[in-house]
Amino acid sequence: MAHVDFFIRNVSWQDRTCDLLIGEGRVLELAEAGTVAAPQGASGTEIFDAAGLTLLPSLIDAHVHLREPGQEYKEDIASGLSAAAGGGFGQVMAMANTSPVNDNASVTRFMLQKAAESFAHGPWVRPVGALTVGLLGKELAAAGELARAGCVALSNDGLPVENTELFRRAMEYAADFGLKVIDHCEDPWLGKGGVMNEGEVSSRLGLKGIPTVSEAMQVARDILLASYLDLPIHLAHISCRQSVELIAGAKERGVKVTAETCPHYLLWDESRVEGYDTSVRVNPPLRTRDDVLALRQAVRTGVIDILVTDHAPHAAHEKEVTFADAPSGISGLDTALSLTYELVRSGELEFADISRLWCWNTAAIFGLPANRMQPGDPADFVLFDPDLAWVATAGALLSKGKNTPCLDKEIPGRVMAHFLGGRAVFSRLEAITLKRP
Amino acid sequence: MNWRHKDLLEISQLDPDEIAHIFETAARFAEVNQRPIKKVPILKGKSVVLFFAEASTRTKTSFDMAGKRLSADTFSLTKSGSSLQKGESLKDTALTLQAMNPDAIVIRHWDSGAARFLAERLDCSIINAGDGWHAHPTQALLDGFTLHQVWGSFAGKTVCILGDVAHSRVARSDVELLTMLGARVRICAPRTLLPAMVQTWPVEVFSDVAKACEGVDAVICLRLQLERQQAGLLPDLREYACTYGLSPRHLEKAKADVKIMHPGPMNRGLEIASELADCGASLVLDQVASGVAVRMTLLHLYLTRARISA
Repeated sequence: MAHVDFFIRNVSWQDRTCDLLIGEGRVLELAEAGTVAAPQGASGTEIFDAAGLTLLPSLIDAHVHLREPGQEYKEDIASGLSAAAGGGFGQVMAMANTSPVNDNASVTRFMLQKAAESFAHGPWVRPVGALTVGLLGKELAAAGELARAGCVALSNDGLPVENTELFRRAMEYAADFGLKVIDHCEDPWLGKGGVMNEGEVSSRLGLKGIPTVSEAMQVARDILLASYLDLPIHLAHISCRQSVELIAGAKERGVKVTAETCPHYLLWDESRVEGYDTSVRVNPPLRTRDDVLALRQAVRTGVIDILVTDHAPHAAHEKEVTFADAPSGISGLDTALSLTYELVRSGELEFADISRLWCWNTAAIFGLPANRMQPGDPADFVLFDPDLAWVATAGALLSKGKNTPCLDKEIPGRVMAHFLGGRAVFSRLEAITLKRP
Repeated sequence: MNWRHKDLLEISQLDPDEIAHIFETAARFAEVNQRPIKKVPILKGKSVVLFFAEASTRTKTSFDMAGKRLSADTFSLTKSGSSLQKGESLKDTALTLQAMNPDAIVIRHWDSGAARFLAERLDCSIINAGDGWHAHPTQALLDGFTLHQVWGSFAGKTVCILGDVAHSRVARSDVELLTMLGARVRICAPRTLLPAMVQTWPVEVFSDVAKACEGVDAVICLRLQLERQQAGLLPDLREYACTYGLSPRHLEKAKADVKIMHPGPMNRGLEIASELADCGASLVLDQVASGVAVRMTLLHLYLTRARISA
């Protein structure tokens, strides 16, 4: 039998109290408390009583902006991974809108090297390469080179490809290397210059709106292409009912479409913009209450496959401007699990949905390793305290980006320890010591 | 009770009693403006910064004159004359101004919410002189005061606001004020110049100017920004002038004593026929005169937090 490195007792797992054995970086056994034989006489086994804590697989965030290279003052790979570790994320898919853009192997390798230097044992950066050179939407990026360097998907993210012919070819070419295309769905003309959802609130506040049809039209285009080409497409940060209805219909017809949304679209609506609060400026924008309800339903029923943060850190001075001047984005890695848990507490989601939406489905869509808590799975897991509320002060957030509507607010549930490959990479528990290089 | 507000950001901050008080006080200041010596010492020693990041003739001059007639010291700052031109943030410009300890900053800015941005950060009074497409409360108050001088009451009155409502801060503030005072409001514009979800506004919506003007007591024409054509919102300016420009034929079924207003600057022959701008029904110059009296009132109230009758 493999050597037992950790014996974690009395942890809550799927409404049962369980004991967990970890050895050689993998799950050895997870079973009802008291039924697992404690390692006898083995030296070097750490035993931890996790009574009151809940077990989750280490989460995967398929949509983050780490800002390095190019905008390290907002975030760098080390600070981003620190926030990931503390937020319960073992893998983060880093978007390509760095400077220089991640459209070639040297940038991909640079990101992976920086990650290895700061967090040799994870969290892991999974780079997302650019779909087009420089994100300019003119020429295809070298998908083969990017795949070989370590990219796990391709996307133009915030700069969606306007040229439909080029987008079709990008989907076809990426497929040769097993890379999914992630599309930020926004008609570049309908949303041009918009800063919030187009509707009653934008009209009253005198802010230029982005209509929901701007997103839905591109969702429809992508679905039609995916269907025609019989290729997969993954739709980023879906924000409205119209898109949900299109995706639901496509899935029923067997189109290979998957989709994500973010906790902020499930929690807040456009009314949060009242008072011109730049912390809720985000693209796509917060929509109406009706859209929020449609998204919650879609997440419950699987029409939306996964949750992502769209972690978009910005410096404080960049957000302390007028609403129209502020950059889009919410810093999300530190608070995502708490916000998701808020949805669980309010009955919008089941606790079990967290693993599905933040880990297993994500891993399946992008071909990433994940812990299903079966013997032999990588021992990537989180010990979460659902009863511990915390205040998201600037000091408590590990990301450099403090741009969250949660700032200085109390939010529920906290990651107490985070293990990757059976090694604690983050801990707020005295009894669990970090193993950092 | 004392004047309870530190800042004037939008009309919805005020209640009908406060607006009535503003009108009563403005009437007294209007009388001051008719005297040979048009100066009173009410704000002697007070300083007012006129921070106009966006171009303005009448509003800036009106505030300047209002301040000086109350003996306040006024200081002008424009985008081209400020460090905004050099890329300084609005916050830093504001903090710099604050450090000079003015009693009020009158701000006009191209971004909606800019006045609120300052109000949340600075101790002095902030008077919104127009922010983006959002609000122009002092224009609404002077429009209301002008009509109040003519009508005495808004009960039973119908006002049509004609033109580019979607991009108009004047329209938003006028709708808030006029409906609060009891008038019925209509808006008329091509659909491309109507705000999103206009059905949620407390107005009747028209696309036919003649129908919109049937039975109305006043028409407020809005300025058409010429770049709307380049933005693809209009076919061409002649088409707009022929279809939506206010002309005498549109007013055939309006009330006999209909009043015509315009916040200026006017594009004559485009959004309003020149003869209407100059006719006896036009209150355009009355609006300008009212503007000084209303702004004197506002500076007086906000800078002294004066007692008002309960």
